[in-house]
Amino acid sequence: MADFDQELDASGLNCPLPILRAKKTLNGMESGQVLHIIATDPGSVKDFEAFANQTGNELMESKEVGGKFEFLIKKA
Amino acid sequence: MPDEKKLAIIATKGSLDWAYPPFILASTAAALGYETEIFFTFYGLQLLKRDLALEVTPLGNPGMPMPMGMDKWFPVLGLALPGMQGMMTGMMKKKMASKGVADLAELRELCQEAEVKLIACQMTVDLFELNTAEFIDGIEYAGAARFFEFAGESDICLYI
Repeated sequence: MADFDQELDASGLNCPLPILRAKKTLNGMESGQVLHIIATDPGSVKDFEAFANQTGNELMESKEVGGKFEFLIKKA
Repeated sequence: MPDEKKLAIIATKGSLDWAYPPFILASTAAALGYETEIFFTFYGLQLLKRDLALEVTPLGNPGMPMPMGMDKWFPVLGLALPGMQGMMTGMMKKKMASKGVADLAELRELCQEAEVKLIACQMTVDLFELNTAEFIDGIEYAGAARFFEFAGESDICLYI
């Protein structure tokens, strides 16, 4: 996994909390910085794709690691 | 980004289960960059109380999953027994917490942080003689025309 500037562990949280927490964390970051998110909600895979599509933040990576879902989002 | 999209919601229900859709959709929309307003009317005004004492009822709700396969053998009339609603509410809350579903007050706070506008229907407040001192701060009190001012410009309008 590539480098990232901040990490958010949203494990155990259900929809829409992973998205809301991610948005909040991104608000405090600079443009171009990368946020690493860990989630256990299977719905978060499609949700982070949709979040990126609608907000312009780039979903650089999305993968499943040992039953958890990991995402890299670059702030627009 | 193109012009900000707008979401208008009317929240009319005051039970624990139906309290979720307006706050989940509004907070998510706000996170996606929508300008969002919720107009609370009739029983929906319960969602604005500082102390959320919302309950869920199995009565008249055949879609509600029941514990221990109760829907298969338990008489429907039994659901009207005293204490049944409280028990169902307790079980629902426990289930939600165990599944990592957000606490309602937390979702509502996230909405307010994200500048979702919460509007209470003044007519219903008067009709039910609701005590607005029991409501959270930061609410606007207005009528139907105020709702249409925003809803008329909205991209999505939901009645919940």
